[in-house]
Amino acid sequence: MLSTKPSRAAEKLPGRPPWILVLPALAGLAFLVLPLAGLLIRAPWSTIGTRLAEPQVLEALRLSLVTATLATALCLLLGVPLAWLLARVSFRGARLVRALVTVPLVLPPVVGGVALLLVLGRRGLVGGWLYDTFGISLPFTTAGVVLAETFVAMPFLVISVEGALRAADLRYEEAAATLGATRWTIFRRVTLPLVAPGIAAGAILCWARALGEFGATITFAGNFPGRTQTMPLAVYLALETDPEAAIVLSLVLLVVSVLVLAALRDRWVNTT
Amino acid sequence: MSKRSMSKCSMPMRVAVAAGLSLLAAGCGDTGEASGGKTLTVFAAASLTESFTSLGTTFEASHRGVKVRFNFGGSSGLAQQIGQGAPADVFASASPAPMKQVSDESRVFARNRLVIAVPKDDPGKVTKLADLAGPRLKIVVCAEQVPCGAAATKAFAAAGVRVKPASQEQDVRAVLTKVSLGEADAGLVYRTDAKAAAAKVRGIEFPESAKAINDYPIVALPKAPQSALAKEFVQLVLSAQGQAVLAQAGFEPASPG
Repeated sequence: MLSTKPSRAAEKLPGRPPWILVLPALAGLAFLVLPLAGLLIRAPWSTIGTRLAEPQVLEALRLSLVTATLATALCLLLGVPLAWLLARVSFRGARLVRALVTVPLVLPPVVGGVALLLVLGRRGLVGGWLYDTFGISLPFTTAGVVLAETFVAMPFLVISVEGALRAADLRYEEAAATLGATRWTIFRRVTLPLVAPGIAAGAILCWARALGEFGATITFAGNFPGRTQTMPLAVYLALETDPEAAIVLSLVLLVVSVLVLAALRDRWVNTT
Repeated sequence: MSKRSMSKCSMPMRVAVAAGLSLLAAGCGDTGEASGGKTLTVFAAASLTESFTSLGTTFEASHRGVKVRFNFGGSSGLAQQIGQGAPADVFASASPAPMKQVSDESRVFARNRLVIAVPKDDPGKVTKLADLAGPRLKIVVCAEQVPCGAAATKAFAAAGVRVKPASQEQDVRAVLTKVSLGEADAGLVYRTDAKAAAAKVRGIEFPESAKAINDYPIVALPKAPQSALAKEFVQLVLSAQGQAVLAQAGFEPASPG
């Protein structure tokens, strides 16, 4: 099956890597890693144990993990078909749709949150109907957090999966079609397995983005411990009064996400 | 320990902020800067945006060649920026706690009290603080970590009202957004905020707010690059003219005497 083997490429080409690439690569790495080092240096290591034991921290962490995972599931459910539509079906306005998909990437998340309020809020276009008919109000709920994260994270999944679909060899799907498979069967039995690594990579990006989501969440879902206060929200508020607590919270979020991402990568992306 | 590492950070921070400001200046292309004019940098709480902007114009009019530049934001964030070496001349905070991190020399120049903000049509039929305890109402307040949240907690305690908020927002503006969009039935905001958003929300005064009045301190920072101008700006804010502008925005004068 198609797989990404990062080690193979390095083995193939002989010769020393050119410094003109290596230097900026190292500078780029330093730029990404130094802020993390800053956090580690400033972390109040002596009190870290007692701070972590606070129930609010665990509550926020649990909520973050649960909502980011649910948001990723929702992104998969909606985003994979959307990516497929963009890559495999030619229709009028496909360019426009592709541009629209990336809107949440460009939109400041706080504006995204306001937009969600205007549509899904109690007096919003769709939310008003939900509230009047079923008595459902999404703002200030955990479901609201999941929706806000989904809104912000889905483009990452759609773009990755669409890229994988475009890179995949169409001949497998054509062969299946000549053998009489329906498009649904082809999607399920040929296309999905073919782009599985791309979907996994997209899902991981999506999960990571959802985990760090702040602006749309606090604007749409508000901030209440145990219900809508995810780690990034807890970090932001801790920063108001206790910067050291904010650093501890950020480190917890970083460590947990790095562990999860490393485990998933090994398991899904690099396997043959 | 944190003090030392702070000072370590301060140089690059200062350079970065200075670079940012000069970029701003270049972007605005103002002529005062080019002809050797001075720039007074004022860090002020977000709730002072309207009144201080207007006082800044007054100050520029009476000081030829001087530009007043503002950095409005959450008071504790501003205090942290100043602590990290941001080149500020004047700092005006929305509560005493952030000011304490910066200076002990401050003077209270205004006071702000809480009001209940409700959407124009007031779906929750709120008239007094005790109404906010109603089980069916969606109430938003500021988080306790920010000054308006601490004041809300004090007001509820003074009134003996137990409120279960739907959300503890990060600042007053977020509370206003939720109320003005009708997502919340009521929220506690400062009187000045309710006044500024009068087109979208109605402010209801309540007597218990007297127990949770926020003092706004101001200081000309000791390390101010423009220390003479900084002192003059503080004088303007404390003057009758400055107090009139603040009163118009809904602030109360600092305690008499």
